[in-house]
Amino acid sequence: MTVTTAPALRKRRPPEPTARPRRRSLRPILVGWSFILPNFLGFALLTLVPMVFGLALSFMDWSPWGDPEWVGFENFERMFRNSTFWIALWNTTYYAAGHIPLTMAVSLGLALLLNGTLAGLGFFRTAFFLPYVTSLVAVAVVWNMLFNPTSGPVNQFLQFVGVTDPPGWTSSTAWAMPAVIVASVWRDMGYYMVLFLAGLQTIPTELYEAARVDGANAWQRFWNITLPGLRPTTFFVLIMCTVASFKVFDLIVVMTDGGPGRATKVLSQLIYEEGIREGRFGLASAISLVLFVLVAGFTVIQFLIQRRQEAR
Amino acid sequence: MTANLTAPVTPKPDPPRPATPARVRTVVYSALLTVLCLLVLVPFVWMISSSLKHDNQVFTVPTQWIPREFVWSNYADIWTQIPMLAYLRNSAFLAVVISFLQVITGSFAAYGFAKLRFPGRDWLFLAYLATIAVPWQAYMIPQYLIMEQVGLVDTHLSIILLQAFGAFGVFLMRQYYQSIPDELIEAARIDGLSEYRIWWRIMLPLSRPAIASLGLLTFVSTWNDYMGPFIYLTSNELWTVQLGLRSFVGQYDAAYAMIMTGSVISVLPVVLVFLLGQRQFIQGIATSGLKG
Repeated sequence: MTVTTAPALRKRRPPEPTARPRRRSLRPILVGWSFILPNFLGFALLTLVPMVFGLALSFMDWSPWGDPEWVGFENFERMFRNSTFWIALWNTTYYAAGHIPLTMAVSLGLALLLNGTLAGLGFFRTAFFLPYVTSLVAVAVVWNMLFNPTSGPVNQFLQFVGVTDPPGWTSSTAWAMPAVIVASVWRDMGYYMVLFLAGLQTIPTELYEAARVDGANAWQRFWNITLPGLRPTTFFVLIMCTVASFKVFDLIVVMTDGGPGRATKVLSQLIYEEGIREGRFGLASAISLVLFVLVAGFTVIQFLIQRRQEAR
Repeated sequence: MTANLTAPVTPKPDPPRPATPARVRTVVYSALLTVLCLLVLVPFVWMISSSLKHDNQVFTVPTQWIPREFVWSNYADIWTQIPMLAYLRNSAFLAVVISFLQVITGSFAAYGFAKLRFPGRDWLFLAYLATIAVPWQAYMIPQYLIMEQVGLVDTHLSIILLQAFGAFGVFLMRQYYQSIPDELIEAARIDGLSEYRIWWRIMLPLSRPAIASLGLLTFVSTWNDYMGPFIYLTSNELWTVQLGLRSFVGQYDAAYAMIMTGSVISVLPVVLVFLLGQRQFIQGIATSGLKG
């Protein structure tokens, strides 16, 4: 471990602290662990253990009524035969495919607009961030009303600009998911905007001045300085956004409850229904595993792409 | 990211100068920002204005953005329609207890991770980091079974245990502690302070901004959490504001005005907390994302 901490040691004035006899080396371990332990106990019991337990559970038949039994891949077979699983998998992917790029584009756009020194920008930042501190229940309820097909303001506006047959939004199987995505982008954009703003601040302004002297236009500056400079932030935002997308639950449960029909049913909702409502713990854990593999797989792919881009 | 809420929305007019392209651009830019901002705030305007109407005035063609008649009685009636006060109390209790525990255990562990050296430390931290990217839904079933085994389902304690030991708090505090120079701690050690006193007397006071960030972030996310209480709390008297609001919507789905009144009341505390601690709040998010 001395190898990994070498830079920190170099900064310190030499010998006094390390002058302690080597025999008492158990003490730092105990002290170190005593700091971690209060948090780690809770973390291990409620996060690490369930994660490992969940993996085993997906290969077991476990319900509130019978004894647990090892069943191999039976849960997975049942899952693959279940049409709702495929629909939920498709809906989750659909939601992610809409939510991730839209949220990233909107939040990056806002960050670029607000990354200035103009008086009053602080006000706008606050305003754009406000949706993020609003609870999802309130967000869902309000957007449900805004999207009301007959007399909601959204459709009134659409009719005003000349759309004669505006969509039914949450009461239509085709338009329910877009409605959910709009509401979720509205809610999340402020959070990622803050991350992008922090990223923009790490790009040295001299780069822009130099580019301006060389006659680069705004688009060239964005493409050749801003985007490459933001790469670590974009990577982080992409990962966070992916995890958040694949586990969407609250907004859908309150806004559409998976409906109409099964049009917006997502994986995490299915896990809840099968596991906690129906008591099919094994089957629910199998679906959980799929969700985990999806998120982990996506994260690893992004990580590899990021590494290759950095190497270039 | 200053809390400059009273600042004018549009820039002050500059001393008379010929209309250069730069000035035109500033005007267009300010106008664009204002329009976007109004658009983003529409749901809030709808929420507040509907909460001050009668049910049958909420959906009108065209929409009345300012109620013709202000129905303030909604804000008096909601307390008897649903046990709103009990819900608010439960939410506040959970949010305060969880934020407190998260800050204490998180900063304690972060000191171990940031300033002490012992074998296994880096592996342990990696375990913490890895779980941040795992969605909760992936292990909520086994977690529920464990809670059920120890008889904690349908208690506030289950929600507290669920959220008070998150990896995020450890991560955020560690980021901050790493910016505090080692020399400071080394000097305290030479003065004979134990590690625990260094944490209590030096690190905690120095990390006040990070503590504020973590506390605020935890408070808001606990207050707004729906899924945890939804799964664990079945007794009405334990419900949080979010559960109460959701159940109200389910029971009286045509009581539009009252639903919006409830929404405003449920959102108001966190918006106030956010506006007061805006700087720390935003700083917390920005730091957690810097070296992600």
